[in-house]
Amino acid sequence: MGSRLPSMLKDAGLTAFVAAALGIFIVGFRTVDIGRGLTFDYQIVDLAVAVVTIFFGRFGLSLAANGLRWPAIVLGVVMIAIGVSPMQLPSGFLHWFVALGGVLLVIRAIWPWANDAMAAAARTPTGRTIDRVASKWFGWALLVAAVLMPFTPMADQKTMDLGVLILTYVMLGWGLNIVVGLAGLLDLGYVAFYAVGAYAYALLSTQHGMGFWVVLPLAGMMAALFGLVLGFPVLRLRGDYLAIVTLGFGEIIRLVLLNWVDLTNGPAGIGSIPGPTLFGAVFAETAPAGKQTVAEMLGIPFNGIHRLIFLYYIILVLALITNLFTQRMRRLPVGRAWEALREDETACRALGINPTNTKLTAFAIGAMFAGFAGSFFAAKQRFISPESFVFIESAIILAIVVLGGMGSQVGVVLAAVLLIGLPEWFRDLGNYRMLAFGLAMVLIMVFRPRGLVAHREPSIRLHPAGSGGGG
Amino acid sequence: MSLAGGPPLIEVEHLTMRFGGLLAIDDVSFSANPREITAIIGPNGAGKTTVFNCITGFYKPTVGRLRLHAGEGEFLLERMLGHEIGQRAKVARTFQNIRLFPGMTVLENLLVAQHNKLMRASGWSVLGLLGFASYRTAEAEAVALARDWLERIRLLPDADRPAGELPYGAQRRLEIARAMCTGPRLLCLDEPAAGLNPRESGELNDLLLSIRDRDGIGVLLIEHDMSVVMNISNHVVVLDYGRKIAEGGPAAVRSDPAVIRAYLGTDDEAIDG
Repeated sequence: MGSRLPSMLKDAGLTAFVAAALGIFIVGFRTVDIGRGLTFDYQIVDLAVAVVTIFFGRFGLSLAANGLRWPAIVLGVVMIAIGVSPMQLPSGFLHWFVALGGVLLVIRAIWPWANDAMAAAARTPTGRTIDRVASKWFGWALLVAAVLMPFTPMADQKTMDLGVLILTYVMLGWGLNIVVGLAGLLDLGYVAFYAVGAYAYALLSTQHGMGFWVVLPLAGMMAALFGLVLGFPVLRLRGDYLAIVTLGFGEIIRLVLLNWVDLTNGPAGIGSIPGPTLFGAVFAETAPAGKQTVAEMLGIPFNGIHRLIFLYYIILVLALITNLFTQRMRRLPVGRAWEALREDETACRALGINPTNTKLTAFAIGAMFAGFAGSFFAAKQRFISPESFVFIESAIILAIVVLGGMGSQVGVVLAAVLLIGLPEWFRDLGNYRMLAFGLAMVLIMVFRPRGLVAHREPSIRLHPAGSGGGG
Repeated sequence: MSLAGGPPLIEVEHLTMRFGGLLAIDDVSFSANPREITAIIGPNGAGKTTVFNCITGFYKPTVGRLRLHAGEGEFLLERMLGHEIGQRAKVARTFQNIRLFPGMTVLENLLVAQHNKLMRASGWSVLGLLGFASYRTAEAEAVALARDWLERIRLLPDADRPAGELPYGAQRRLEIARAMCTGPRLLCLDEPAAGLNPRESGELNDLLLSIRDRDGIGVLLIEHDMSVVMNISNHVVVLDYGRKIAEGGPAAVRSDPAVIRAYLGTDDEAIDG
């Protein structure tokens, strides 16, 4: 091992040099406005700390790669300790940088070992049973946690808001999962159907006085109709071509919303959209004429959080409907045909399956759930504008599906919590939160390339699960 | 021509397929009978798979008529959309490079093959979604049919494994079973014995004979493995450079000088010697 030490040190030195050369312009200097003009502020200490961290980080990685697991772990732990210690580093970010570097190093050092152990455990029959039981019960545990969440002490305004947001994305993820995960159609414009649902509710409620519960199914149907109209001409395209057309469609919808000022009020958006009602009662401190507030109806004092809890349960139920519907469809011939289309379209055609119709049903049903979610979004926000339906939303929903593991229902929940929850929880990191977000994505891609939950449960079994007949 | 004296199962008349300047099939006519195995043989590039692609609707023929005789009438395959040939005319096929649904289980592969029947039974998903008993019965029947086929191809213990995990020979058998689960009149097999060892290829012969004799299906077969062709086919059509050069019983075709020339080349010495 001693003979490799010089080359490892050289490698670490070279990495540190490259980091210093790049960092001197990015981190080392900073322009400061002093009123009369700009001047330089030097942050050489920051740069030095970062370069030293990179040197030891690289050295630790080389140690781990050469099988020197324990020195690498010790180095990682020391880095974490420095990161979290009260010691004064020049900036708060450097604490995070050092600590995260240490965490990465430790993970890298333990990974091959943990991976082998997990794989070996998963191969044994008991391991397989545990795996299956855990994946089954995990979903139920998540559901119970989601139902009970509003009654726990942690359910303050901020958490409930975040819960509603995450559940909205879970629902959108489950909806898109039908299109991308099951039918294998890469849809980059999913947010268009979300926008259709949102504007359907906003317009019908503000201009025609229709209530949330009446519009909800209408919005879903409207979005499904848009799905059919778009899908019919383009679904004969495959793969990348379909992705580009759907991307274009998403933009077209947004531009129409932006420019059709007479109908949509253009970039100014639509405001004062009524929220959902509970048996006709509204969630507000004072009821409008002829209406009753929920607090009056139930005889409880008014509290702003009631509205949030109500919204939380609406979206939870909507999301669960999406999930149950999908689970059910998977076991029907049309669901199996979706998956078969994803696997091999040519073979499907040879078996007498109409690929266009099958794709259209997937596309329209996916769009319908986006429409439901959209009208919920409008009712929750009370204000919508085309700003809410930009491409990045489609990308996030797609990322949730892909990250969760294509076609996996529990995976979508985990990915939504990760992708929506993490950036919110990391708000303390300020500008660096996207860095942490990117790091989390890279880690997942490295360690779980096929998504968080890559296991596919057959839609039907001939032999009971775990009888040893299958694999 | 047919044993029962009825019309042939499929009549291919003046089939021509042109890709730009390339004439892949040049005026080929032949017919295949029900309850018989008809083999199409020929050197590589002779246009055998192109004939199949025309029959199964993957290509639209440039010229020609493909007449399929069914009990209730006849279908003109060249006028039908790709999936309708499987759905209504009931022509099933397998592929030269196996095309299973690799991520789905063996059983699911066989259920997807029964899609159209199950779609009707599930009321285009509405009744199925509501859990009607009629759909559950239909699904149980579909599973029973799949189970029969799994027994015949000896894959019953592997029913819940992903199809992509099966060994090569098993995947070949599964693809044939999947095509049979569509309830076809005509089964088109594109090189089913490719890559099989002699034992597996013998089993394949038995399977094809049982499909012909027990299920009473007409089989159209592209094959290079002469042991398969000569042992089980009733009728052989030989193509070379897109033309039919010979047709007849296996023994007659084997001794046909045009066939020997196509396979061995036109070396005069070799033929004289």
